[in-house]
Amino acid sequence: MEVPLIKIEKRNDAPMALYFFTPFIAIILTILGGGIIFYILGFNPIEALKFYFITPISNLYGFSELLLKATPLCLIAIGLSFCFKSNNWNIGAEGQLTFGAIIGGGVALLFYNQDGFYILPLVILAGAIGGMIFALIPAILKTYFNTNEILVSLMLVYVSKLLLDYLVVGPWSNPEGFNFPETRQFSDSSRMPLLFEGLRIHAGIFLALAAVMLSWFILYKTYLGFQIKVSGLSLKTAKYAGFKGKTMILVVFMISGACAGIAGVGEITGPIGQLHRMISPDYGFTAIIVAFLGRLNPFGIIFASLVVALTYLGAETAQIFLQIPKYTGQVFQGMILFFLLASDYLLFFKVKILNLKKNELRH
Amino acid sequence: MYKNFLRYLISAFFLLGLGTSANAEFKVGFVYVGPTGDHGWTYQHHEGRNAVEAAGIKTTFVESVPEGADAERVIRQLAQSGHDLIFTTSFGYMDPTNKVAKDFPNVKFEHATGYKREHSNVSTYSARFYEGRTLLGHIAGKMTKTNTIGYIASFPIPEVIRGINAMTLAAQKVNPNIKTKIVWVFTWYDPGKEAEAAQALIDQGADIIMQHTDSTAPVQTAEKAGVWSFGQASDMQRFAPKSILTSIIDDWAPYYVERAIAARDGTWGQQDTWHGLKEGMVAMAPYNSAMGSDLVKEVEQLQKDLASGKTHSFTGPIYDQKGNMLVAEGKVADDGMLAGMSVYVKGVEGDIPK
Repeated sequence: MEVPLIKIEKRNDAPMALYFFTPFIAIILTILGGGIIFYILGFNPIEALKFYFITPISNLYGFSELLLKATPLCLIAIGLSFCFKSNNWNIGAEGQLTFGAIIGGGVALLFYNQDGFYILPLVILAGAIGGMIFALIPAILKTYFNTNEILVSLMLVYVSKLLLDYLVVGPWSNPEGFNFPETRQFSDSSRMPLLFEGLRIHAGIFLALAAVMLSWFILYKTYLGFQIKVSGLSLKTAKYAGFKGKTMILVVFMISGACAGIAGVGEITGPIGQLHRMISPDYGFTAIIVAFLGRLNPFGIIFASLVVALTYLGAETAQIFLQIPKYTGQVFQGMILFFLLASDYLLFFKVKILNLKKNELRH
Repeated sequence: MYKNFLRYLISAFFLLGLGTSANAEFKVGFVYVGPTGDHGWTYQHHEGRNAVEAAGIKTTFVESVPEGADAERVIRQLAQSGHDLIFTTSFGYMDPTNKVAKDFPNVKFEHATGYKREHSNVSTYSARFYEGRTLLGHIAGKMTKTNTIGYIASFPIPEVIRGINAMTLAAQKVNPNIKTKIVWVFTWYDPGKEAEAAQALIDQGADIIMQHTDSTAPVQTAEKAGVWSFGQASDMQRFAPKSILTSIIDDWAPYYVERAIAARDGTWGQQDTWHGLKEGMVAMAPYNSAMGSDLVKEVEQLQKDLASGKTHSFTGPIYDQKGNMLVAEGKVADDGMLAGMSVYVKGVEGDIPK
């Protein structure tokens, strides 16, 4: 009697070209999977997918909204790519975004009744520093006290959100706002300039693009980038090569925090215009998917942030036109990550089905 | 199955080519802050939408729209895709609603609980929930054994403070010894936090739990602990059948139907609506028989008097915590004072968080 046995083996000859191709496979599988889900839910899958992926960006306004939504995702994911490439698992970008927004927003509130070209740069700088400081906490604890950065950075998310709650309810709430949990509106001088009349897309997109260019330069053209990559591939090799591991950990966390902080400032000085409790629909967490879908590559991340941003917009459009539950957006994000991880697994590991005689099994 | 797919494929070509065609049918859009199944705030707005639909008017909704940067896009999309009247059902949609209204002068907007009407196509509406609180206060004052009422509050905005005050005043009238203990949870919907707050109040001796938050967690906690409770926004009786004495129900349906028909027939005009028991925007769920028939009769009479205007929730003399007079003997608080209420009345424990 023959018994099938599944054996998993590491592939030593995994082709690198495929490694950059799997995100596309994951997206195609997600679209197919989505179509099947829509079909089971009783919707015409082609029509549903069309409302999901085409309608949202079929006009100029929709396309500008896509860019608006992708901007913070791209910025945060760029920052995260430094951490992830060097084996530092910063899960708390949401907290760094929030803290950056608090510090940047605080500066904007200081100038709420003033005008001046210097205000916005100050606000952005403050946001970057805020995010940086907040990211340094898990980094320092990791390097000097050996704590687990995943737990520390994740838990700090709640700390920053509660701090924001406290500030907008209490000391920073709008004195003329009937105690509603929100601050004053920022002055026009601390708002991101809009790129086109009538659209919400703002100058923050240039910050994201600058981050992409800069990160490409650092990762591929500098000694720091080389250190980061080597540490990611093998910590022991990095140590043997004499890299100063601690400094590098601090630096990647600072870069990551600064990017998240700028993303936070971009939201509050862009479309929102004040501080309140809902400044981010968990961009910091979604950006983790973006970073991996983009293969931690700066240009891949641009592409990935657009795809993931589209799942947000698509979920809204699909509910408006077909009354498909809005939570399918999260299902799509989950599916993308699932299919990506699955195809990576199959890329690096072989699944062998062995047919063994029953008596051979006993060994 | 195979044939169906073929059909979809063919229809896909048409859809891709034609895009969305605008049609002239009258449509109403709703923007919700929570999921339709929250059994509180959003659930009741959704019930209102169902009533509009039942009146033969086509409707659309988008649920769980965060009150941040996304709200404006959703409202704009509804306006762009041929909706003629849009209800935005949370305070945080105030600025986005006004912003979109500016760009779509032919679309009508109705914003719940806000105060900004920057363009002539924006109306605001809210309910006099405090009238319901007066009834709860009366019941609580009579039913408490420990003379301690536990109150789970969301944010220190006028609406919530008004509810606390209305309840305390009514309870004091029937039981001068009552104390109102408040826990601020700083959220509208967080079952975990709300349950903890309820438990903390029960541990401090409260035998009546009431909430100005939207989940069913407080009433369920009260049911487990064997103390009385009141439901919020919708009839929560089935979540705590023994514990719930009654619920304040937000009934948006009549208003939504009236406004939708007005907009369809071209008679819609800008207004600021603040309806209560009289118009039925605030309603009470059936009273628990554990209250006893005498008390039920008393409360029903009070409900009638509040609706007819014979009694007002805020009738003087009313004093603040320090003993300063807020409303003189024989006077009632006017709407302006109610709308901006930001101090506790005498008998409420603690300070308003600042």
